[in-house]
Amino acid sequence: MTVTTPQEAPVTDVPKSSGTRLVDRVFKMRELAILVVFVVMIVVTQLGNSEFLTEQGIKDLLLNATILVLVATGQSLVVITRNVDLSVGSTLGISAFAAGTFLQGGGNPVVAVLLAILMGIGFGLLNGLLVSLGQVPALVVTLGTLYIIRGIDSIWVGSRQITAADLPDGFVDFGSGGISVVPWLALIAIAVLVATAYYLKHFGSGRELYALGSNPEAARLAGIPVRKRILAAYTFCGALAGLAGALYLARFGNVDSGTGNGYELTVVSAVVIGGVVFTGGSGSVYGAALGALLLTSINSVLPALGVSSVWVLAINGILLLLAIAVDRIVALRVASALKKRNARHG
Amino acid sequence: MTHPSTTGPAPVLALKDISKSFGAVRALRDVSLELFPGEVHALAGENGAGKSTLIKTLAGVYRPDAGKVLLDGEPVVFHGPGDARDAGIAVIYQEPTLFPDLSIAENIFMGRQPRRALGRIDHKATHSATLALMQRLGVELDPDRPARGLSIADQQIVEIAKALSFDARVLIMDEPTAALTGSEVARLFGVVRTLREQGAAVLFISHRLEEIFQICRRVTTLRDGAWIASEPLDGMTEDDLVRRMVGRDLDELYPKQDVTPGEVALSVRRLTREGVFTDVSFEVRRGEIVGLAGLVGAGRTEVARAVFGIDRWDAGEVSVGGKALTNGAPSTAMASGLALVPEDRRAQGLVMDMSIERNIGLTGLRTTVKAGLMDRGAERSRSLDWAVKLQVKYARIADAVSTLSGGNQQKVVLAKWLATGPKVLIVDEPTRGIDVGTKAEVHRLLSELAADGVAVLMISSDLPEILGMADRVLVMHEGRLTAEIPRSEATEETVMAAATGRAAA
Ligand SMILES: Nc1ncnc2c1ncn2[C@@H]1O[C@H](COP(=O)(O)OP(=O)(O)OP(=O)(O)O)[C@@H](O)[C@H]1O
Ligand SMILES: [Mg+2]
Repeated sequence: MTVTTPQEAPVTDVPKSSGTRLVDRVFKMRELAILVVFVVMIVVTQLGNSEFLTEQGIKDLLLNATILVLVATGQSLVVITRNVDLSVGSTLGISAFAAGTFLQGGGNPVVAVLLAILMGIGFGLLNGLLVSLGQVPALVVTLGTLYIIRGIDSIWVGSRQITAADLPDGFVDFGSGGISVVPWLALIAIAVLVATAYYLKHFGSGRELYALGSNPEAARLAGIPVRKRILAAYTFCGALAGLAGALYLARFGNVDSGTGNGYELTVVSAVVIGGVVFTGGSGSVYGAALGALLLTSINSVLPALGVSSVWVLAINGILLLLAIAVDRIVALRVASALKKRNARHG
Repeated sequence: MTHPSTTGPAPVLALKDISKSFGAVRALRDVSLELFPGEVHALAGENGAGKSTLIKTLAGVYRPDAGKVLLDGEPVVFHGPGDARDAGIAVIYQEPTLFPDLSIAENIFMGRQPRRALGRIDHKATHSATLALMQRLGVELDPDRPARGLSIADQQIVEIAKALSFDARVLIMDEPTAALTGSEVARLFGVVRTLREQGAAVLFISHRLEEIFQICRRVTTLRDGAWIASEPLDGMTEDDLVRRMVGRDLDELYPKQDVTPGEVALSVRRLTREGVFTDVSFEVRRGEIVGLAGLVGAGRTEVARAVFGIDRWDAGEVSVGGKALTNGAPSTAMASGLALVPEDRRAQGLVMDMSIERNIGLTGLRTTVKAGLMDRGAERSRSLDWAVKLQVKYARIADAVSTLSGGNQQKVVLAKWLATGPKVLIVDEPTRGIDVGTKAEVHRLLSELAADGVAVLMISSDLPEILGMADRVLVMHEGRLTAEIPRSEATEETVMAAATGRAAA
């Protein structure tokens, strides 16, 4: 800050000041970095195996990413508020099975998808209520609901299984069809992603999610309805997990009581690799989506290069640690850059 | 209770017989207060008197245990800070409440952003409204810069801008000037006067009494949570006000002892940190108190941080007692007898959830560890010692620091560093937020330390404090040392001239 001293010409309009560029740089840098890693990885794979980027290959890459992108988008909102939802895998599994059972009985596919979403909303509300009302950390609460929902799922499903043969043809076709290389499912995910990003940037309640993740006490003093916002974030996250369940059914056609087991860890990894900071208040859903794309692509890249898939987990872990290390370094850089600008007079 | 002759409008906002307790601590007892449109009203009292508690009650943060809040004469119940804001009450809290990840513009307008079609935020309007506010306050802060890393003074400016950003009928300010220097305070007062003329009611808290006399018309005094008086300031002297607050006459505020400086204890040679400060050289001798003055942002805090090793320097050298310090190593600085009381005490000086006793004891770990185990008894008695010396007001020494009033938290940080028994002591704003009574006590302590041979470097934005306490005054302007003024020649004029760059060194 500077007191405008007379000998300096007061700078009245700074439309794009260095501060803006600095902030932009940090956010875009992260997304750019993931994109570069992604592109390099794809190019290297293509050079090593020219069969990789066939039409079907591209389609598979996108299809694989779709479901993770959806769930990661929902998870980002929760993580931005300085919370976490570990029950998304269980929610995905149970809503996929519910939609499948409904379709098995001859139900309408659109209603089936809505049913899955509603189910997700229900569990999202439950999580949101427990987290915002009880003074229990989100990690513990949603770990609880993870097991509860999985338990209900196991009791209900038992050893039953839904296969593609039980589903209407149209539904299964929808799961694998699309416009040229872009699958329908990916289009849905992109639409949800863009809408969510727009909401977060341009609507008051979206900004308030960042505010309350950044400083919960200040958010309360600013009159932000903290509980309501947290509840909404969880509900949205649940809804997307439900939708992802329905799309999972359409894509794989195969659901049992173990569907979505352990998925929450992949989702959280994608979100963190994508630059949504675990302590809340910063990050973007685009980053999370890119993180999801990167993670799922590794699954296809390694086999294409003839590397055993046992390496996938280890590589995911390395990516995660790398992302956190980069975050830390960037944060320190930015802090010192800001400090220098503080003291400078101009 | 006597009210002054207030012919004219009815109070916009009033408290009637308000009581509020935290466990066994009775923070407010039957306190009443009336705020009239077009008046600036002071709230005075020692640290822990209940001022912030009263403000939080007006702002809807706390619900009173008993008593009523009246808005335009009608009883109201605020269920949260949002309710009070919707009623036209703007509040600047004692501790900055910013969102570090969001931009300054977003911080100011959070929850009230200008909208365009479909309820979307108008980012452009938010940006330009923020620029306009900054211009009104006469500062240059980039609206798009994140709040993280702002200096305390700038955080305070953002808080002020936030409160001014909507046409409040009532503006409540809890020590808004604590981190500001003269020129920023003057700007703020200019804005406050305009608001007053437009008919707003303003409630103002400050431990700098001269500010109260400058801007306020009436004053309400609290002592230990009890209402003492509400009266016009006309015809009152500072001593009268102090007597109301403290209940007795005060010792001398600047009890400076004369000493003959000894050998050089701290020597700083051509210290430079790229883009922050340049070519800073000075010495502090044993027994000396050297004041470091300058405007907010002149680089004083940054020099102190570099000397202590929190930030690295790019060129130059620092030595304590003739031994050179390692660049960027606070632990060697501490080992050679250097202590730094930081400016941002909440963030850098305290573990909020830990007890008062443990917080004071933290820096003394080495002396209170016996055979690898903490000597709790020694820690407690040492902590109690310092808590008493600095008149910390607490219920139990085992209470968490977060339950203390703002000024009492400051005292705990001071105690923590004084307890290390340093050879060279750097204090950054030692009496910020501390009441007059304790201020005198802190000055007496610093003076005694110096007399015992400690070298003291005192950074302060409180000019009378610098003039009253320092043997020599160093002045910084835009990252450079521009003047060194001996005590005999240091006046408000000479120091301010150097601080604003009007005089050659
Ligand atoms: N959350 C809390 N829990 C327990 N005690 C508290 C709490 N807040 C305040 N107190 C106590 O209430 C009393 C009044 O505190 P308050 O913060 O209102 O003082 P103040 O007049 O603002 O002092 P200062 O000038 O130091 O800011 C103090 O004794 C303090 O310890
Ligand atoms: Mg206070």
